[in-house]
Amino acid sequence: MAKSNKPIVWGLFAAGGTITAFLLPVVVLLTLFAALGMTPDLFTYEYLHAFAANWLGKLVIFGVIFLSLWHAAHRLRITMHDFGLRQDLWIATTVYVLAALGTIMTFFYLLRI
Amino acid sequence: MSERQIQLEVLRYNPETDSEPRLQTYSVPCLNEWVVLDALNYVKDNLDTTLSYRWSCHMAVCGSCGMMINGEPKLACKAFIREYADQIRVEPLANFPIERDLVTAVEDFIAKLASVKPYLIPKEDKPIEAGEFKQTPTELKKYKQYTLCINCMLCYAACPQYGLVPEFLGPAAIALAHRYNQDSRDGGRDQRQEVIASHEGVWECSFVGACSEVCPKHVDPAGALQQVKIASTIDWYKEHLMPWVKK
Repeated sequence: MAKSNKPIVWGLFAAGGTITAFLLPVVVLLTLFAALGMTPDLFTYEYLHAFAANWLGKLVIFGVIFLSLWHAAHRLRITMHDFGLRQDLWIATTVYVLAALGTIMTFFYLLRI
Repeated sequence: MSERQIQLEVLRYNPETDSEPRLQTYSVPCLNEWVVLDALNYVKDNLDTTLSYRWSCHMAVCGSCGMMINGEPKLACKAFIREYADQIRVEPLANFPIERDLVTAVEDFIAKLASVKPYLIPKEDKPIEAGEFKQTPTELKKYKQYTLCINCMLCYAACPQYGLVPEFLGPAAIALAHRYNQDSRDGGRDQRQEVIASHEGVWECSFVGACSEVCPKHVDPAGALQQVKIASTIDWYKEHLMPWVKK
């Protein structure tokens, strides 16, 4: 039996899952605060733009978005399977192509800042 | 001691005479402290000697009496009558071919179990004079939970993925491979990885978690499989990105 290559996508899924588990609640909380009109100065456009303009900031943003995308892609693939959709090859190709597109777009949009 | 009349619906199938399985109902006077296995034994002793089912220890140690009780994989010796209504349906373990009545064919599971080499493969041959292989309590703790598996196959009956993909190595076999991989005295991980890191191995698992829910010995096979996935992923990255690193 040959060893599977699934660790490529599963590794990204696991890493992305860990990151989103920590960051998603923070994002929800901050969105809620913003909706209530409580936006800390640190989250004004100028500050966030400066953060995204720095190469370290870019790296962090890229890491978070890239891993979250691949986590979501794999999660969707498994969810489809759990819902009884068995065209795994098509589903896997679609979700991973979307994640790859998102990754490339993130890369170029960050470079432009 | 209170007694209750239970309608025991039992799946019957004799491949020599029946074209398909059917349900047969027995009225069984059950004592309150009985388990489903006691009710089956009552049927066998007093009502119908032709009923076939496996059992041995009657104390959740041997793992023989696994069956579907009201659609859930259970050990018949651990399923107390008092926890059920007056009608109980008993069927053979799901996902396995029926041999006769409640007896299933287990060859597939046995072959899978053997394929992961569930025994100690010592790192080096050591003469008896050199003494025993020592282990600290911390090292023992790493795998002890997985030694509690009694091969009852409830996890295979609960696993929707095994039902869909019969080639899937399944929860118990992989958890047991993990038990030996985690053992500080063992050196057989590379041999086992060839089987469990394959596509039909741990990667067929979609982490439904039903295996751990039905496990009568609280082995938590789903947890073992997740650990195997992490270890196999690290292996993969090491093998492909750092081929010069020796294992």
